[in-house]
Amino acid sequence: MRIRSRLSTAGRSAYLAMAFALSAVAGTSAALAGTGQPSPWQKGFQGAATPIAEKIHWFHDILLWICVIVTAFVMGLLLIVILRFNERANPKPSKTSHNTALEVAWTLIPVLILLAIFVPSLRLLKDQYSYPKADVVIKATGNQWNWDYQYLQHKAIKFTSSMVSDEDILKKELGDAKFSERFGKIQGIDRWKALYKEAAPLWAKHKLVRLLSVNNEVVVPVGKVVHVLVTASDVIHAWTIPSFGSKVDAVPGRTTATWFKATKTGVFYGQCSELCGKDHAFMPIAVRVVAEPVYKEWIAIMTSTEIKSRRERFERARKVIEKASLEEGGLQIADASKR
Amino acid sequence: MAGTAHAAHDAHDHTPRGLKRWLFSTNHKDIGTMYLIFAMVGGVVGGFMSVMIRMELMEPGLQYFANPHTFNVFTTGHGLIMVFFMIMPSLFGGFGNWFVPLMIGAPDMAFPRMNNISFWLLPTALALLVISLFVEGPAGGLGAGIGWTAYPPHSTTGHPGPAVDFAILSLHVAGASSILSSINFITTIFNMRAPGMTIHKMPLFVWSILITAFLLVLSLPVLAGAITMLLTDRNFGTTFFTASGGGDPVLFQHLFWFFGHPEVYIIILPGFGLVSQVIATFSRKPVFGYLGMAYAMVAIGFVGFIVWAHHMYTAGLSLNTQIYFVAATMVIAVPTGVKIFSWVATMWGGSIRFTTPMLFAIGFIFLFTLGGVTGVVLSNAGIDRSLHDTYYVVAHFHYTMSLGALFTLFAGWYYWFPKMSGYMYSEALGKLHFVLAFVGVNLTFFPQHFLGLAGMPRRYADYPEAFAGYNYWSSVGSLVAAFSTLVFFAGIAYAFMRKEKAADNPWGAGADTLEWTLSSPPPFHQFETLPKIKAEAHH
Repeated sequence: MRIRSRLSTAGRSAYLAMAFALSAVAGTSAALAGTGQPSPWQKGFQGAATPIAEKIHWFHDILLWICVIVTAFVMGLLLIVILRFNERANPKPSKTSHNTALEVAWTLIPVLILLAIFVPSLRLLKDQYSYPKADVVIKATGNQWNWDYQYLQHKAIKFTSSMVSDEDILKKELGDAKFSERFGKIQGIDRWKALYKEAAPLWAKHKLVRLLSVNNEVVVPVGKVVHVLVTASDVIHAWTIPSFGSKVDAVPGRTTATWFKATKTGVFYGQCSELCGKDHAFMPIAVRVVAEPVYKEWIAIMTSTEIKSRRERFERARKVIEKASLEEGGLQIADASKR
Repeated sequence: MAGTAHAAHDAHDHTPRGLKRWLFSTNHKDIGTMYLIFAMVGGVVGGFMSVMIRMELMEPGLQYFANPHTFNVFTTGHGLIMVFFMIMPSLFGGFGNWFVPLMIGAPDMAFPRMNNISFWLLPTALALLVISLFVEGPAGGLGAGIGWTAYPPHSTTGHPGPAVDFAILSLHVAGASSILSSINFITTIFNMRAPGMTIHKMPLFVWSILITAFLLVLSLPVLAGAITMLLTDRNFGTTFFTASGGGDPVLFQHLFWFFGHPEVYIIILPGFGLVSQVIATFSRKPVFGYLGMAYAMVAIGFVGFIVWAHHMYTAGLSLNTQIYFVAATMVIAVPTGVKIFSWVATMWGGSIRFTTPMLFAIGFIFLFTLGGVTGVVLSNAGIDRSLHDTYYVVAHFHYTMSLGALFTLFAGWYYWFPKMSGYMYSEALGKLHFVLAFVGVNLTFFPQHFLGLAGMPRRYADYPEAFAGYNYWSSVGSLVAAFSTLVFFAGIAYAFMRKEKAADNPWGAGADTLEWTLSSPPPFHQFETLPKIKAEAHH
């Protein structure tokens, strides 16, 4: 019962928000390739957009070298063993089964390597938990299957952020009547496939990213410390933005926290990272980082007492963001229609 | 056995038949065989689920699962079945039952009837799990899509239907089975070693089973407690894991991982022991650093109990807690390194024959080293912040506890197949199996490191287009691996059709443990006169 009622409310609000949402994101910046969102065939992390993410990358690069060296060393030993000590090359096996010096060495050397790793690891961890004084505090609440946000310094600013689905983008393109005429009778997996196929070319056109774009993005100022207080209303979810190096579980009845200080403007995506049911893959997180004046303007509209209609408020707020990102040169979204 | 003394003269004449031999079996070798056959059934079901997962993920968009909840049910089923109904019944139940008594020179297990119930609880448990697939879980969906970790409240209020109850009962029964067989192994190993076989002369495989049994006895009751609380939260109004009633969802995670982390060593430790036997045999050398190898396993078992919260770095633990778990987790790399280097040192100076079991053992060292180094990466909470719950973790734990364990399982299978069946397997088919499996699993799981680094979360039925490339090849790899399994079964069928008799010891001088002193297959009851181990003999 509870689940069903939540579903319908979530569905309705997402649908209402869609009208302005779709165009809100349209024409605006995405980010540098691989920053804020994944790019095809990338081999490492998404580009860093906070000092913490940079530190994570730096530390990971060192660890990767250690991994490569250790693996190559063991593979090298295996190769030598295979070539030199096979039956043909070495018909008489030795009987050696102990070598104290060697055994001490391969116990102590790994200990030293681990100690060397532990020092920067500790520093990184402490940095992640340093929590500089907050400029912006946002509360994020995970629901099955969307996120509620509230700006705690401006409690009036609160909204639900839901994923833009294949269905949403097709409805936007075709209109509700034509949509139900075309897809109303298709059921089950065929419906998913048909919607996916028909919507595929539309994503790039609307400058949206499938499974990542949302109707209402979180807007934050660049270069400012943002604290995100995270909780959940039903089951455990997890709030994350890979480019920020932030991830924390959203646990019902508890408030966890993460923070970031974005050094780049643009839109940064994450995806729910704790199994939360049917639409676990369909509740992304999107944070738009804008210049300070744009943020102030956005806040002013979002908190203005003169604007009475919610629709108008969101429309105007959207225009602020859109204009700003166009002025910035409208960083391109990676072409989502290509694999 | 009840009639060991009596059976001394007429064991061969009184081999029971049919139902009496199998359903009421008290013979460790027959029970071991049933465990192995059961594990094959589990492996086929769990493997089918994994192939379906990979087929769904071959391309973005949904292809097979109209309700993504069903996809979650498949990942849950795959995990639970592979852990509880494939790896554990084969490495621990199957090989443990077959070879612990043979290797320590005992006529049978200490409690043969308990051994019988230990086995027969498992099909019961699997049946309960299969039932759970077909009853309601969340509103409008069948089965439990809770992951093998079953975190509440998703597993409580998130799944009002009875599917989760069936899954919990299945785990209870499987856990009881494992606890009973662990008690049996511990008693057998402590009390029934042949004269002269001191603890420090036991083959490493026996060591590994002993340590695994202790881990099971100590960790499973905690799981049983946790899932019982889950059960009462679900059905009887308790609120152990519900914040609004004064409970805490994170408490379950602590309890689960207090079991869950030792569990991953339960999965891999028997393989550690087994690979030591295989490598020593085919290098024609004694195991290098025997005591170091044995106590490295003890150390891994011990440390395995004090690192559980490294699975929970993002759950909101305090900074100091995380620092402790980072340090403790890193420690595991030391005994693990000792094992890897000792295996290489065992081969060093040897006269190696590259038989199928040896290839699987060497393949295991490669896979486990790779999975080990990514484990060191993940141990750092600061980096795990980015990698937690991504495909990087999936790649890491498959390289270690699933592929690693699987390759030791196949190494053991080919190593002991002649002893168990009395027939030689086909080296050609065995080697083909190895090559296909090795290529398949690496193609499946290596690209997942990149997916994880790029941020693709686990347990997703659909993903953004940018992840499509690696996912495609990962799915191709899973098809290759699935095909290799067909070759494995073909190899078994061929061996039984060809009926090429195996010698008592087909592996020559390197195979010096007691099972090779018996006929192939061994008599229904063995060691009616206990073997004596000479003082100067090495383990």
